[in-house]
Amino acid sequence: MFAYYLQLGLRSLRKNPLLTLLMVLAIGCGVAASMTTYSVFRATSNNPIPQKSSQLYVPQIDNWGPDSSKDNKGEPPNAMTYTDAINLMRDKRAKRQTALYPTAVSIVPADANMLPFRETSYGWYADAFGMFDIPFQYGHGWTAGEDESHASVAVIGKALNEKLFNGANSVGKNINLNGRDYRIVGVAEKWNPEPVFYDVTNTNGFDDPIQVFIPFTRAVELKTPTSGNNNCNHDPGKGWDEWIRSECVWLGFWAELPTKAEADAYRQYLNGYSAEQQRAGRFRWAPNTRLRNVVEWLDYQKVVPQEAKVSLMVSLGFLLICLVNTVGLLLAKFMRRSSEIGVRRALGATRREIYIQFLIEAAAIGLAGGVVGLLLTGLGVMGVSLVFEPDIAKLATLDVSLVLLTMLVAILATVLAAFYPTWRAAQVQPAWQLKSN
Amino acid sequence: MLQIKPILAALKRHKAGTVLIALQIALTLAIVCNALFIISQRLDRIHRPTGLVEDEIMAIQTRFVGTEENNAGPMIKADLAALRQLPGVQDVVAINSYPLRGGGWSTGVRTDVDAKDSKAHTTQYFADEHTLPTMGVRLLEGRNFRSDEIVEADPQAVPDPAAIIVSKALADKMYPDGHALGKALYIGDSKKPSTIIGIVERLEVPWNGTWSDSFYENSLIQPVQLTSAFTNYLIRAKPGQLADVVKTAPATLVKLNRMRVIPNDRGVRTFAEVREHAYKGDRGMAILMGVVCLVLLGITAAGIVGLTSFWVGQRRKQIGVRRALGATKHDILSYFLTENLLIGVAGVVIGALLAIAMNLWLVTQYEMARLSVPYVLVGVAALLLLGQGATLAPAMRASRVPPVEATRSV
Repeated sequence: MFAYYLQLGLRSLRKNPLLTLLMVLAIGCGVAASMTTYSVFRATSNNPIPQKSSQLYVPQIDNWGPDSSKDNKGEPPNAMTYTDAINLMRDKRAKRQTALYPTAVSIVPADANMLPFRETSYGWYADAFGMFDIPFQYGHGWTAGEDESHASVAVIGKALNEKLFNGANSVGKNINLNGRDYRIVGVAEKWNPEPVFYDVTNTNGFDDPIQVFIPFTRAVELKTPTSGNNNCNHDPGKGWDEWIRSECVWLGFWAELPTKAEADAYRQYLNGYSAEQQRAGRFRWAPNTRLRNVVEWLDYQKVVPQEAKVSLMVSLGFLLICLVNTVGLLLAKFMRRSSEIGVRRALGATRREIYIQFLIEAAAIGLAGGVVGLLLTGLGVMGVSLVFEPDIAKLATLDVSLVLLTMLVAILATVLAAFYPTWRAAQVQPAWQLKSN
Repeated sequence: MLQIKPILAALKRHKAGTVLIALQIALTLAIVCNALFIISQRLDRIHRPTGLVEDEIMAIQTRFVGTEENNAGPMIKADLAALRQLPGVQDVVAINSYPLRGGGWSTGVRTDVDAKDSKAHTTQYFADEHTLPTMGVRLLEGRNFRSDEIVEADPQAVPDPAAIIVSKALADKMYPDGHALGKALYIGDSKKPSTIIGIVERLEVPWNGTWSDSFYENSLIQPVQLTSAFTNYLIRAKPGQLADVVKTAPATLVKLNRMRVIPNDRGVRTFAEVREHAYKGDRGMAILMGVVCLVLLGITAAGIVGLTSFWVGQRRKQIGVRRALGATKHDILSYFLTENLLIGVAGVVIGALLAIAMNLWLVTQYEMARLSVPYVLVGVAALLLLGQGATLAPAMRASRVPPVEATRSV
């Protein structure tokens, strides 16, 4: 029966090519617009480290007090001072923890014909490699001992290793950063979480993958400035030493807390720490701290760009209008065939069979609309770089799941739109139709 | 002549179709109004002037390698000397940032040394006496810096300047009486006054996001040459020679000192490229909204054509009867046009309400301005016209139904 109804449906669609074309195009456009914007939305609202997102936490400590936080709904600053970061590192209350910041370093190639260049680079602690599940191609991360001795060691990314050493095992070789040699202890496999949860404050969530990792302690010892943001509520004074002692916030901090009990304990620890700072006279206010896991942190930092949300809204509205349009056109199409329905009903077809016949016909239109929508989505995904930053635009891709979703949405939406016209078609009174012809 | 009563009676028998068309018009109006509004807002932003003579300016971003981070003063001096000697170059300045670059310094400023809160927010540009000639910004009052006023400073130890130049927007904000020249400003939490020695017509901040909208023309220039290893050169070419300078300037810098990084992607840019990059998102959003509007209008028109054709087909007999009873072709035509107008008016009334509701929602969710009435009126007119245009073809077909149709197969 299904094949027969499909055949009937296709025949009827061919009979009225203009109307069919209109419906197919309307569904195609609507589906393509919403799928294109959805692809961006999906990329930006992705969970970058699903296996650990509930175990990695960002602590925040209010070191500026209510005068500053009242402008920000009572929230503490988004980053941490050097003082607090070092104290938290020293106390080691989490399973693993790291302070981090984007370091402004340049790579000086050994080949004198090559000009110096820059890659995304971070200073952090040995724990970070394990916390963030960073895979290694060669070697491994440095040790906690090397953190303490401020060792000149580095881990480089696979892409940089290709560029400098043609992909060979470079562990034990040296890399020159800012004119100083660092011994390479590991080459990381491609590690490119999107959004870049580990440093949302400086990247807004999207940046090139890290190619150079150096010990935080060494970077600070060499007074390597941050290439990210530095926010001060008061003039920090003159020079590096004054700056790192100041209340300026410029560091990221992550703690790994595998269980809820540990997270709760850490919260208490943060409050205790703040109370201690209050007693010591540094804070003149009650403890105000936060502890957010990856998902909460990305949400709080509003990583999904405003453009993505607005255009997703507009596209959904667009799809809705296309569907209303389809309802109207299907109604016109189905009602025009009242006499045909009358004949079928008179010959013994039940209402249920009329339902099935017309829903199948609608599904066929949805299928065609889905194909058109797929082509347009392909075009749209290529065109998202018009609207979004290249860092974000390159994340929008037409993969298998998006293809399936496009087809599914197209067919489902059309069938949904066909319910009312089909119901009207099934209500046709056979006697009335037969009489008037 | 308007046959409103019979039309309403007929529409009662086609409730579903009527509601669908009205609904579609309403939704389209709501989206088109808001989209048009977003487009116009983005376009306004894109056309904001920076105050610079943009077609003669280019920018180079460079970072010295292997020097102490904040001790690059002599190298910057050498770079400036070499660039200023290049043929085709009119003037050059080394500066911490420039309009539309995206990153820079900002601070609060006060007019009263004891005030706790700042009176305005402003960006800070640090550069020497070549700033005004290089940028081509117009000095309205006062004077430029003298070369003996320029000091070199580590970015982490910038002294409070004795003399500053401000933009007119900042001057007016701080001294609304219009007499800012010669008066003092206190920068950040400084207790030391800085005297306004010059006021320039216009100088934008380095940012162009909505968050900086409240102070986008508040700028102050401090007579300080930063010794940071990271710096930007703004180069003004002689008229018509920008294309040459874009090639020679970076080559000159690399030849002078190769221990530096000039990034591949944004290291060397003409100001036109800076502007294009800065407003890419805004332009893209405007294009996207424009395309959405056009396609939406097309789809709505198609829907109206489709449903009206169906109604015409259904009513051939009735049309024939009316024609046989003496109705003219024009009567039939105006019947369908009036019918569409009635549905259209109902649609746009609902649509206008929807548009305003949608805008209010967007205002609460995102940083967006209130929709202004003209956009709604333009949208209303556009949709009513669209409806009439879309009805015209099926209505013409209806008017050509011959009276003899009345006699067929009754």
